[in-house]
Amino acid sequence: MHQEYTIPAQDFSVAGVASSNFKQLLKQLNLPPKVIKRIIVAVFEAEINVIAHSYGGKIICELSEDTITVEIIDTGPGIPNLDLAMKEGWSTATEEIQEMGYGAGMGLPNIKKSCDRLSIKTKAGDHTHITLGFDLKEEP
Amino acid sequence: MKLKDIIACVDGQLICGESHLEDEIARGFASDLMSDVLTILEDDILLITGLSNNQAIRTAEMSDIRNILLVRNKKPSQSMIEMAKELNISLSYTSYSLFKASALLFQEGLKPVY
Repeated sequence: MHQEYTIPAQDFSVAGVASSNFKQLLKQLNLPPKVIKRIIVAVFEAEINVIAHSYGGKIICELSEDTITVEIIDTGPGIPNLDLAMKEGWSTATEEIQEMGYGAGMGLPNIKKSCDRLSIKTKAGDHTHITLGFDLKEEP
Repeated sequence: MKLKDIIACVDGQLICGESHLEDEIARGFASDLMSDVLTILEDDILLITGLSNNQAIRTAEMSDIRNILLVRNKKPSQSMIEMAKELNISLSYTSYSLFKASALLFQEGLKPVY
């Protein structure tokens, strides 16, 4: 199954709408609630990142029997220092983003903790392409 | 603790979600930072927050949190109330600070997440 969501830049009034729709879809597939939560926390953080930091982008979800792959592709401006961005507490968020309850520097660290595989391709001045992989088989 | 006892304990008021009043809630988490809320793996906790905007409701939805207590007399906007109703999340508020509300609830037996 393939699902795509368009994410606008800077429009917090729709922040979470894509993740909310994706969550409804996962619920319909009868996945265990703990698995859904893990996926949705990562996708929601990524959606907030696109709105807060990028010029807009897309979330593309591929669902198969055993795995879910979520690609988050924005249109720039890229992350200048990825090592710093991965550090808990590091943030470039504006005051406006912080007033929304975000921008605490937990986004990428939370995403990393929630998924089974993470790949980030980015550079300053270019777009960011994040791929998240989730295994659906419950841990023994 | 039942939600109705939580609201009484902090001299609060329920804004929406009457069907939740009998919900049994074991643990609470107090934060104005939604990214911290998203790290909590437990479901059905009470979210105690001073963040009164739609993002608090969205975060609760993503985290499977069904009850929110707003502190510091932060009354929710109409759009927040509509969103909470739609997602079946209860909203209550108290004039107490985050610290006072959390302390009183802890004293009454609401457990921390960690």
